Amino acid sequence: MSNEKHEKLVNLIADMEEDEALTLTQELIDEGAEPTAILDICRAAMDIVGQRFEDNEYFVPELILAGEVLDQMSAMVKPLIADTTDEEDKVDSGMVLIGTVHGDLHDIGKNIVTFMLDVNGYNVIDLGVDVSPQAFIDAIKEKSPEIVGLSGFLTLAFDSMKETVEAISEAGLREEVKIMIGGGQVDEQILNYTGADSFGLNAMSAVNQCKEWIGEAA
Amino acid sequence: MLDKTGAELYAEREQRINDAMALKETDRVPLSMFSHFWPATLAGITFEQAMYDYDAFHDAMRQTLELMQPDMYALNQTYICVGPTLELMNFKQLEWPGHGTEPNVSFQFLDREYMKRDEYDAYLADTTDFFLRKYMPRIAGAFEPFAKLPYLPAQYYFKMIRVPTAFAGDEMIEGLEKILAAGKEMRKMMGGALKFAKDMAERGFVQSIGGSAAAPFDNFADYLRGSKGAMLDLFRNKDKLLECMDRVADCIIEDTIIASKNNPSRQIFIPLHWGLDNFMSPEQFELFFWPPLRKVLMGFIEADLIPCVLWEGDCTTRLETIADIPVGKAVYWFEQTDMGLAKSVLGGITCLRGNVSSSVLITGTPDDVDEECKKLIKVAGKGGGFILDGAIGLPDEAKVENVIAMAESVRKYAN
Repeated sequence: MSNEKHEKLVNLIADMEEDEALTLTQELIDEGAEPTAILDICRAAMDIVGQRFEDNEYFVPELILAGEVLDQMSAMVKPLIADTTDEEDKVDSGMVLIGTVHGDLHDIGKNIVTFMLDVNGYNVIDLGVDVSPQAFIDAIKEKSPEIVGLSGFLTLAFDSMKETVEAISEAGLREEVKIMIGGGQVDEQILNYTGADSFGLNAMSAVNQCKEWIGEAA
Repeated sequence: MLDKTGAELYAEREQRINDAMALKETDRVPLSMFSHFWPATLAGITFEQAMYDYDAFHDAMRQTLELMQPDMYALNQTYICVGPTLELMNFKQLEWPGHGTEPNVSFQFLDREYMKRDEYDAYLADTTDFFLRKYMPRIAGAFEPFAKLPYLPAQYYFKMIRVPTAFAGDEMIEGLEKILAAGKEMRKMMGGALKFAKDMAERGFVQSIGGSAAAPFDNFADYLRGSKGAMLDLFRNKDKLLECMDRVADCIIEDTIIASKNNPSRQIFIPLHWGLDNFMSPEQFELFFWPPLRKVLMGFIEADLIPCVLWEGDCTTRLETIADIPVGKAVYWFEQTDMGLAKSVLGGITCLRGNVSSSVLITGTPDDVDEECKKLIKVAGKGGGFILDGAIGLPDEAKVENVIAMAESVRKYAN
């Protein structure tokens, strides 16, 4: 990261200067920069964004914009990279299975948590919205995640979360995974009600919980 | 209570609510009944029935009011009994029981980009035309033919004489027939709801909502740009977004004043979605969210309406900012913001409402509810200016015994 332009790009991304960041990215590509170097820049920038989010300097709009910038930069460098995917890079990282529980179609909170876990190096499998207990069980069996995240905005999610935790227990998988819940009106009372292991009020608490349970991701 | 006539009860409750909103001491803390599908839960009908069977839901509402004996209630029918109308319109912004959700799962709004990133200029240049020919065709099948209407301000003389031909095409006729049918259906539903409200008024029950409105930023983030688009526009379309906030504030003020003119309540319900602590920074709140919302609140107050703002989520960091409104002219209903803190900042400025937590109403015991209500009544009710309600009204899944405990608490504890 000694290159001055590389450092500048890190700061442009971290400071939400979308247009300038994309222009400089193209410039670096045209100058023959290694695609992996650009992806390293993205990671360095996201560390700053994550830190600012944790410090209450940044909020949801910054996370969404950073995600957009990252997507566009990835699209610019991906064609230049040999056939290795992010998922393969992260195969040794902690795996988190996440989804909005049955009956609930809301996904903003889940997407933000997914994004923050992803940029913190966790391998996140997102099952989407309105996910049935059986779909969680099938995915746990298939993917063997260390952590399951249950998201829900509506109050109906309280029962869906409880049913999902119970179904995971009945399937004999409860000891295999830690379960965290979050979203909308979830609180301590609902944590006890559902039988999950932890609840969080925002995306950073999800990241910190994962760190506590399985350590820093690779 | 039972020895009083309906008229006496009505007058007593209305006065209690008005006094609370004016920050006066009342004989006890007033109780509000606001809900979505909880009356259906109480009456043992499905949410789907609630949306389609008007009489069954009227009965569920009657049971709810008789059980709770609230000082004011929201006429839920206006936003619950809409299933047939949604179908006739082919409304696309919601999924509802039988149309995307299960029979006992609430309707849910689909957060999508209904206005594109590059349409700010079109919106600002001619908002009505943007709605008529772009936005409305996207959100309801019945409105789709409007996309083919000519640009009306450009029509004159013989061109204007030819305008009716646009209304005589097969697709347009079909669309207009759907709109007509949806309109008749909504009138039928509203007719029943208004009769219900009249019957209930004779029995002493007071309506709480005289109209509803959105905060300008929410109007954009929810219904036009979608949440993601609106958040990105804080950076990408900052100046135009701000210009639109000003425009939409004017639209909201004008429409709400006209629409609420003949309603029995002067309260305008304004649920907020994107202004809470965790979503945007204090600086973003003070630039994009609060000034246009304040403009709307002031517009209502000047028209002698009472804005009742539901501050969803935790709004602790907003309290000092939102204290900047005239004394005793609004109601601030908090979902998760600590009521003690809210009282310390806003007591003496605005009436507070809330906030028995949904989690306790659903999963707690009557004793838990009683304890929480007692605390709210003592803390937020101190000196007047407080209305007891659920955090977002009664959650659909609240236990009946817990709702009873909440309703009884206002008669049990002095503030």
